[in-house]
Amino acid sequence: MLKKTALHDAHAALGAKLVDFAGWEMPVQYRSALDEHHAVRTACGMFDVSHMQAVDFSGARTADFLRHLLANDVAKLSAPGGARYTCLLNPEGGVIDDLIVTRRDGDAFRSVVNAGTADKDIAWFQTHAAAYGVTVKQRTDLGILAVQGPQARTLVVPHLPAALRERAFALKPFTAAWEGEWYVSRTGYTGEDGFELVLPHADIVALWNALLADGAMPCGLGARDSLRLEAGMNLYGNDMDETVSPLECGLGWTVAWVPEDRAFIGRAALEKQRASPPRRMVAVMLDGRGVLRAHMPVRDAAQRDVGQLSSGGFAPTLKQSIGFARVDAQASAPFEVEIRGRWLPLKQVKAPFVRNGKALV
Amino acid sequence: MSNVPADLKYVKSHEWVRKLADGTLVIGVTDHAQDALGDVVFVETPAAGRKLAAEESCAVVESVKAASDIYAPVAGTVLEANAALADKPELLNDAPYGEGWLWKMRADDIAAVDRLLDAAGYEAVLAAG
Repeated sequence: MLKKTALHDAHAALGAKLVDFAGWEMPVQYRSALDEHHAVRTACGMFDVSHMQAVDFSGARTADFLRHLLANDVAKLSAPGGARYTCLLNPEGGVIDDLIVTRRDGDAFRSVVNAGTADKDIAWFQTHAAAYGVTVKQRTDLGILAVQGPQARTLVVPHLPAALRERAFALKPFTAAWEGEWYVSRTGYTGEDGFELVLPHADIVALWNALLADGAMPCGLGARDSLRLEAGMNLYGNDMDETVSPLECGLGWTVAWVPEDRAFIGRAALEKQRASPPRRMVAVMLDGRGVLRAHMPVRDAAQRDVGQLSSGGFAPTLKQSIGFARVDAQASAPFEVEIRGRWLPLKQVKAPFVRNGKALV
Repeated sequence: MSNVPADLKYVKSHEWVRKLADGTLVIGVTDHAQDALGDVVFVETPAAGRKLAAEESCAVVESVKAASDIYAPVAGTVLEANAALADKPELLNDAPYGEGWLWKMRADDIAAVDRLLDAAGYEAVLAAG
């Protein structure tokens, strides 16, 4: 039996194509994944991401706890509302999950974790929480709505509680504000401006309907994937997992090495590969026709197998195919990819591919 | 429900065949197939003059979701591929039985077309899932 979000009936009423995603019945698209993609790049789209889980941490030593568990350092978050993207690592330096952590009032923090990893994340948090006297609370009473695109903030703000509107509109990127159980952060997974909102199930349905009436385009997981890929953002399970370190998947920038004596879980393993990680991630494009897909084999000019694509897809903004390849550290460009029995040249580029509606490659 | 025009012949792998007055066959993929594929972004069609065996894989439709092989419904020779699909692959979604056709061909044995599924037969395939 698949789990359903509070918006399940709303998706069905719109004729969404529903698929099993990490045990949740979620919309992959409504009418057209391409139209949904373009709506986010040019106007406003909204995504039900209630399958992701908000987790609240409280207790006097919560910051110490998170500084031990997370590869980024919550000590950088001096003021309430500050947020950071980070990896949660195992002792071998592999990625248990990637998440955003936000400082709230007093000693409290909130994180939002992936659907497919939520159970193991929470078990991991619980295992370590006792030693710090930290309470870990999975907020199954809350849903999550991502509203993204150049018009997103303007569309959302009038529907917020009056006491939250001004603060929400003034939010800088990677900060959050809240009022009661309404929580809004200026974050996203699309490369566009916008908000992610965490709020009670009844309120999320009302907000969805209000935004739908205002012209926000409902978007499914298909558009979510093509948008994040164009934005150069990793997908857990594709681009990294427990066998891949952040240094091997383009997430070295999220590791806080300073202060040197912060002994976060996985640090010792990362230090060993810090100077020369065994693999690296490269952003690639395909000139011409064909679609890159995850798991396609990649080789170098001498026809040596050097790795494979961890993500790939058609980039609607660029009208050509893009992807991430995870290759041996020593391997050098040019690379080729095998698509349906043929080897085609890949162009190496610098991610992101698209930001704020504009092609960067 | 997907559209299954009564005047066409079908293959269970979701291609349709239209027989023109001069015996030319027009091949495409069904409304059901385009809906299942999702937005089409590239189409690879067989070149004019190519000899096709029945059930030979001879075209590829790449959608945002996946690549799908398209099969020759009957044996014959390709007369022309739909050049418009190179710039407008979305025609395959918008008009699967019209402007989104894939290629035209001449059958080695025109009687082979009569042995393909009719609309009712194809609808039964869809109903069986």
